[in-house]
Amino acid sequence: MSVALAPELPVEPPQESLPILRERGQREVFCGLTGIIWLHRKIQDAFFLVVGSRTCAHLLQSAAGVMVFAEPRFGTAIIEERDLAGLADANEELDKVVRQLLARRPEITLLFLVGSCPSEVIKLDLKRAAERLNGTHGGVRILNYSGSGIETTFTQGEDACLAALVPDMRTDAVDQLLIVGSLPDIVEDQFRRLFAEIGIARVETLPPRRAKQLPGVGAGTRFLLAQPFLGDTALALEARGAVHLPAMFPFGAEGTTQWLRAAAAEFGIDAAHFDAVVAPGRERAKKALARHAERLAGKSIFFMPDSQLEVPLARFLNNELGMELIEVGTPYLHRSHLAADLAALPAGVQVSEGQDVDKQLDRVRAARPDLTVCGLGLANPLEREGLSTKWAIELVFSPVHGYEQAGDLAELFARPLVRRDRLTV
Amino acid sequence: MQLTVWTYEGPPHVGAMRVATGMKGLHYVLHAPQGDTYADLLFTMIERRGERPPVTYTTFQARDLGTDTAELFQRAARDAYERFQPQAMIVGASCTAELIQDDPAGLALTMGLPCPIIALDLPSYSHKENWGAAETFYQIVRQLADKDRVAPPKDGRRPRANLLGPTALGFRHRDDIVEVTKLLADLGIDVNITAPMGSTPADIAGLGEADFNVLMYPEIGHEAARWLEKTFGQKYTKTVPIGVGATRAFVAEAAALAGLAMSADPNVDEGRMPWWSRSVDSTYLTGKRVFIFGDATHAIAAARIARDELGFEVVGLGCYNREFGRDIRAAAALYGIEPLITDDYLLVEEAIAAANCELVLGTQMERHIAKRLRLPCAVISAPVHVQDFPARHSPQMGFEGANVIFDTWVHPLVMGLEEHLLTMFRDDFEFSDANGASHLGHGSAPAAHVADVTDSPATEDVAATPEPAPAEGWSVDATRELMKIPFFVRGKAKRNTERYASEKGVAAISVETLYEAKAHYAR
Repeated sequence: MSVALAPELPVEPPQESLPILRERGQREVFCGLTGIIWLHRKIQDAFFLVVGSRTCAHLLQSAAGVMVFAEPRFGTAIIEERDLAGLADANEELDKVVRQLLARRPEITLLFLVGSCPSEVIKLDLKRAAERLNGTHGGVRILNYSGSGIETTFTQGEDACLAALVPDMRTDAVDQLLIVGSLPDIVEDQFRRLFAEIGIARVETLPPRRAKQLPGVGAGTRFLLAQPFLGDTALALEARGAVHLPAMFPFGAEGTTQWLRAAAAEFGIDAAHFDAVVAPGRERAKKALARHAERLAGKSIFFMPDSQLEVPLARFLNNELGMELIEVGTPYLHRSHLAADLAALPAGVQVSEGQDVDKQLDRVRAARPDLTVCGLGLANPLEREGLSTKWAIELVFSPVHGYEQAGDLAELFARPLVRRDRLTV
Repeated sequence: MQLTVWTYEGPPHVGAMRVATGMKGLHYVLHAPQGDTYADLLFTMIERRGERPPVTYTTFQARDLGTDTAELFQRAARDAYERFQPQAMIVGASCTAELIQDDPAGLALTMGLPCPIIALDLPSYSHKENWGAAETFYQIVRQLADKDRVAPPKDGRRPRANLLGPTALGFRHRDDIVEVTKLLADLGIDVNITAPMGSTPADIAGLGEADFNVLMYPEIGHEAARWLEKTFGQKYTKTVPIGVGATRAFVAEAAALAGLAMSADPNVDEGRMPWWSRSVDSTYLTGKRVFIFGDATHAIAAARIARDELGFEVVGLGCYNREFGRDIRAAAALYGIEPLITDDYLLVEEAIAAANCELVLGTQMERHIAKRLRLPCAVISAPVHVQDFPARHSPQMGFEGANVIFDTWVHPLVMGLEEHLLTMFRDDFEFSDANGASHLGHGSAPAAHVADVTDSPATEDVAATPEPAPAEGWSVDATRELMKIPFFVRGKAKRNTERYASEKGVAAISVETLYEAKAHYAR
């Protein structure tokens, strides 16, 4: 007898058992421009032109952690004193820079004009600039979004970028599953293979690997979020008729299973068939996790706010590896997208939203966690105080989603502890 | 607007951070939006600092803009004072805060905080990092140096000097301080205060008690040195002691400023560099074509060492800091070359490719460029990278600095003996010069294009195949002859021959043309 999968409705987290600490103060978090570092690798024929200051350019090259080995597909149109004199002038200057850039990079088919703090403050209208420039450079599509620090934190830059792509998606009523959020190609391919075996015929991704492969969207589109920071993109897709499939995020054996199951249920897949398809990957993931659980179980962890991946990662580390959560800090908490992960957090865990970094560091020092997840500006200072750290940025750059990466993800957290145990100096 | 893919210098407030982070007891309150905190990681990651930079960012957001960002600034300043209890605070704006015109300086001054407040006005849309560091240091010195504290009468005491310019995130500043302090000590001169690096605001008050100043890094210390000269009558050194010759000149200059008689002591330890350079193994260094780019001070010093102390030929010289353009132009004139003054690394890359050079001395960016062009390279200047903070003592200044420079620059080149062996055994059946030089690692280079990046794919193949396919315009015999030339000069020989052929209107290059060109370009 075949039984269709019932969608597991996410439980709203009981508000009173999940007190949220909201803080305002100094934030030790990147701005949304930083997303360009992985987005430009993902969409291979797109160029990201930040319209900003020398600070923006310096941020990008510093956050990338390395100097450029080849001319990268991002750059900055640095606003200078004379541009601040009058806006008409700034627009002409921008047109000139775009001309220069496209002449040098003829392979580019999609250009993002990316707003920054200074361009927002001087109210340089990049939407109008994009409209003006569209069609003046052959087949190059020109879009805009804001990655400014006054409006976006770190991973929100990807949300803004993907949301800007949605209006360009053609209307297509076909039944399809859309995976939303940039994933490394290898992970994307794994998911595509799994969905094909599960029996979902048509699977598309946003962002696509090439701008020309932008998928369609319409009433037949159901979408899974691969990343927890895509609030605006989800709204834009819903406005186009697509339906969001709420699910746990695909970290670890359980998170991945629930995420896949949400789609399978929606597409009316037989339960036994689903279980049979995911069983090998799920078992491999569990086996890989077991090795790290030995080291991680019972260890305490403190998340400083960074990538917005904190809640699902905390869920994974607690439920699947037995770590103790001291505080789960996140720059911004999207309650409904995170509902399933929040519901799976242990009762009473301290979730915090926003940041006052000095006060939060006081709490870290008081709790002395076994591991603190934080940005690069804080890692060495905490290590110097004898606290092990995990750089949060590695979690957005490395392949960590899905069954085959579950062990790698656990290893990222185990490595600092292993290292601490090994060293005698 | 200027299209920028990569920048040599950060914004001016990063320069201010370098000053603040080098000092102790000073705190910087920076009016800035979220994201500007990225600058912390420069210090904690690149320099491996175990403390956060002493900077508080106000972190204003879009929704604050309509309300009261000024109040936000004052709260941040008050909290920062209470938490860190600094001896003095510097306050300023990053690029975005500059646009909203909250006047952090004015706000901070009216708050009645119980420590000196130094207001910084660092225009982000016209100036850069080094300028920001220089201006910050100058403002700190101007405001905190106590005009009543002057050098006491000399009677019998040892002369003393301040060391000016070293900061956090500087290229080998940490180690240069040690070397310069030692050089001065050997002369009988004490260091009064080293600043900004290592000093406190209280120390700055006593700058006037030195007899003279040692200006280690003009990019950062020049403004302050000039003000100290005007205010306290302290002369400052004009020679930066990088290289043996410059160190000798510096020693003479420092001794004169200190009023010490220089005895011609034959036993002064000038390190190994002079002999290492004169020893026969170094013969092969003669006339190596070197391209130099960096900040003006380091680039000019490197050019002098390259020509006078290693026997290289300087074929390119440039800097990214326009403020010192005049100095670099004067230096380039000494070598009979056109200076390259630009902050566009793509132009630098073009210039390096065109210079047909055998060694690149530059910043981390030139290291990457050289890697792409398969040229040996050594780093001589900021901007810095984690590799520029070695665990070992590794100065650039003084005689020990010259030793370090000899090793650092010569190491990337094919070793002298190895170069001869390559030539002797290149016809050996077990030897393939397509393997390239051993020190560049496996798979590094079919090195035929070491000096010629414009080689066509056809010529690249030539290096690896026993019977070379003739390059365009080359006869089969001439191509075969070309292949007998050691790979590390082959690119140059090919290019020179082609240039000669085109100048003489020779359509097909023969063996004869090759040797005529060789004679024509013989140096």
